Amino acid sequence: MRTILFILQKEFRQIFRDRTMLPIILVVPMVQLLILSYTATFELKNTRLAIIDQDHSVSSRSLNRKFEGSPFFSMVDGLITYDEGMEMLKRSKADQILVIESDLDYHIGRSEKAGLLLVTNAINGSAASLMNAYALAIINDFGKEVQKEMYPNLPKVMPIHIEVRHWYNPQLDYKTYMVPGILVLLVTLIGMFLSGMNIVKEKEFGTIEQINVTPIKKYQFMIGKLLPFWFIAMFELLFGLGFAALVFNIHIVGSLPLLLGVASVYLLVVLGFGLLVSTITETMQQAMFVSWFFLVIFILMSGLFTPAESMPDWAQWLNRINPIAYFIQINRMIMLKGSSFSDFADQFYALVVYAFVIFSLAVWRYRKVA
Amino acid sequence: MMKGFIVKEFLHIFRDRRTMLILFGMPIVQVLLFGFAITNEINNAQIAILDHSKDNVTTAITAKMLASGYFQLNKQLESSDQIASVFQNGEVKEVIVFEPDFAQKISKNHTAKVQIITDASDPNSANLLASYTSAILMDYVGEFSSIRPLPVNLSTQTSMLYNPELKGVFMFVPGTITILLMLISAMMTSISIAREKEMGTMEVLLVSHLKPLQIIIGKVIPYILLSFVNALVILFLAATVFHMPMNGSMILLLSESMLFIIMALSMGIFISTISNTQQTAMLLSMFVLMLPTILLSGFIFPIENMPVPLQLLSNIMPSKWFIIIVKSIMLKGLGIAYFWKETIILAGMMSAFVFLSAKKFKIRLA
Amino acid sequence: MITKQRPPVIQVQNLVKRFGNFIANDNLNFDVAQGEIFGFLGANGAGKTTAIKILCGLMTPTSGQISVAGFDVYRQTDQIKKQIGYMSQKFSMYEDLTVKENFQFYGGIYGLSNIVIRERTAEMLDKLQMSGIKNKTLNEIPLGWKQKLAFSVAMIHRPLIVFLDEPTGGVDPITRRQFWEMIYEAANNGITVFVTTHYMDEAEYCERVSIMVDGRIEALDTPKNLREQQGVSSMNEVFIKLARKQNLNNG
Repeated sequence: MRTILFILQKEFRQIFRDRTMLPIILVVPMVQLLILSYTATFELKNTRLAIIDQDHSVSSRSLNRKFEGSPFFSMVDGLITYDEGMEMLKRSKADQILVIESDLDYHIGRSEKAGLLLVTNAINGSAASLMNAYALAIINDFGKEVQKEMYPNLPKVMPIHIEVRHWYNPQLDYKTYMVPGILVLLVTLIGMFLSGMNIVKEKEFGTIEQINVTPIKKYQFMIGKLLPFWFIAMFELLFGLGFAALVFNIHIVGSLPLLLGVASVYLLVVLGFGLLVSTITETMQQAMFVSWFFLVIFILMSGLFTPAESMPDWAQWLNRINPIAYFIQINRMIMLKGSSFSDFADQFYALVVYAFVIFSLAVWRYRKVA
Repeated sequence: MMKGFIVKEFLHIFRDRRTMLILFGMPIVQVLLFGFAITNEINNAQIAILDHSKDNVTTAITAKMLASGYFQLNKQLESSDQIASVFQNGEVKEVIVFEPDFAQKISKNHTAKVQIITDASDPNSANLLASYTSAILMDYVGEFSSIRPLPVNLSTQTSMLYNPELKGVFMFVPGTITILLMLISAMMTSISIAREKEMGTMEVLLVSHLKPLQIIIGKVIPYILLSFVNALVILFLAATVFHMPMNGSMILLLSESMLFIIMALSMGIFISTISNTQQTAMLLSMFVLMLPTILLSGFIFPIENMPVPLQLLSNIMPSKWFIIIVKSIMLKGLGIAYFWKETIILAGMMSAFVFLSAKKFKIRLA
Repeated sequence: MITKQRPPVIQVQNLVKRFGNFIANDNLNFDVAQGEIFGFLGANGAGKTTAIKILCGLMTPTSGQISVAGFDVYRQTDQIKKQIGYMSQKFSMYEDLTVKENFQFYGGIYGLSNIVIRERTAEMLDKLQMSGIKNKTLNEIPLGWKQKLAFSVAMIHRPLIVFLDEPTGGVDPITRRQFWEMIYEAANNGITVFVTTHYMDEAEYCERVSIMVDGRIEALDTPKNLREQQGVSSMNEVFIKLARKQNLNNG
């Protein structure tokens, strides 16, 4: 026990002697939370729409006004021809163009079919389909209004009244969704990189040989090496939670002790991973690349940015070995929905098994190598 | 002399099989993941239905809903108390509630109420699901009241330019190329130079009769080649597996890539001049390069939707400009006339980094 | 010989270590007595480092009976590690810790009490006349000083045997001389010193020297006897002669 304390003392001294560490532990998470949660959004607020009005009629102007009044669109003015519009799309000065042909008013007045052309830059497919849907909804609304004006006595066409309720996040604020996920990302990055890198550093500088000739036990060495990062990552999580509450006003709906309990198991998985990486690499550069490789895959598939449920079956099956996916899911459940333990018991047990397997693997490799 | 040095650098990199595997494995895995697995679309979303009336209309609507392919019925609920629990354990994303005597109300009062309740802890999915559901409901209404055509009939023809099938991979390939070039060029060089400094081997090189410039060139040539080969691999995959078009000039794309690679390398050298240890170089690259590259370049998230300060900040991200160039060439098929400004910006950034590192390097030697 | 009267602390019989087809140590036999300064010489790749790693309990031998400080290298590596000190050719103290902190750390993992650590640190730094730099981090200290500190750290738990793997690589002649004074002092206190070196003049300082060539011990005796046997005037010539003989045999 005393031996472990000596290692802990040494590790903490080394960590905090490095002047870049404190900013990394304190500033980086804040910056990440701030920047990530503001950038990581699929909300479309400013679709740049160019309306090419060739009709200049009462109808076309009122359609124009409807788009101007919508919070989703900002207008690109002054275009006259279709070719000008296309040029704007090419130059990425506009995201979408709507062409109103010169006979809109005429056709509406005669209750004939009136045509419009909506062209969207679809390189970002998912954004394009949203832009398209928003624009069509406005056009549809416009049609209904015109109809109401022209034929006020027409029977009601919508016999079903639809009421939409968004639970847990009525404003559909994307930040609320991102913050719990980013917190997971933060503790994962800190845990995996710092722990993995730390042991490899001893290898690369040869100090590990000196340790190996001392009567120290492997488990003592490993506990002494990993515990500091477990503490730092837990601190990071608490710090991030406080930051989320103060800055984003996102408070934990569920139980904080429960969250910390799950986090402590999750961190074992992360640290085990770091340890495993350090046993299969010789230099910090290698360790970084190996960690980065797995992290990128884990993060992309975790459901942090895109819904994991929409992935094909094989990918979802693969995702069962993705610890980040489990913890992001659980963290969002506890923080946003106030889920209780029984709601995510399966995922939690998966993490426990994972921690056990990865640690055994790491320890086994470590014994063999060092 | 110079040749020998470059050969040594190559050997260093190629001997390291783990790094090589990752350098070539990573782009392939990433492109495949983006192409096949990661999607913003919603399909087979789990829903629950709380049907208080269970008549022919609600059954018909439910059937139409499930036939759409967007939804999968997870369970039928019996009472509204169950809604919270199915959301909390994450089983379902949306609950549809039909009020009692649905069909009767439609025929009598012409209006019946449907509630769409979503789990908006994921707001994007919630929004999409709610709008899909509303659309299906309206469709149903349209079918059942389509006795006579409506007097105002607006038909909007829509066209999805550059990516008619709305494939996600079109968006991600330019971003993946950019990230990889950045990763290999800037990160690898900065770390490898910092390593030589940390291990003291840099001094050995500096006292040899190689000039500092030669040392730097020797260090970066292998990475230029690696980056280049990697970019080609990604382009090849994109074209063969995902049928991504190459509408513009390949030569132009490769020259722009070269410009970007050299820019990233100069950035890497600059980072290595300001960091003394591998760990600092690594963390600097990671937090100053990688995250902003992913987040502020328009790789995943459109820049236009961000708050203004972040939009301004995105202008100093080289990757933003490169992604615009790649998209313009590959997808829009444009020529240099459309992105000469972006090209000049990249060239400017490159000269700035070269200038700064040369200055730093001299100070160090003096 | 005087060495025969002192009890042996390292006993090696028929030590063989194979890596696949490659034989790193080919049937080594030697004893080292308590308080002896035993020189372990050989060209690079002759198998010195492998033998040291086996004696330190870092590696298991393929076959042979080997005991260190009375403990068996197959089963009792933990007991061995408590009795030995080790200083490798690669400098292995923490550059970002201070002198005092390095002593504290290594003393701690050898299980010394805080008081003992403090006393020994003060005593050793005093002897090295380095008390003034005890709060400096290692990266601020010149290499020669660091080597002397590393030797002291290897001795902090008062080991029975200390293994020095090319301890004087890269240091100036004055520091080397001081370093050998430290080695003599340790030996006078009854500590066995097992040292590998490249410098043949240093070999002359050893009580006995073994010369390894291609995994085998070609010669083992006092420097004086070795010179006489080979009919030459310096250890350098002894070494070259033995190495050349081996090459001729191979050719």
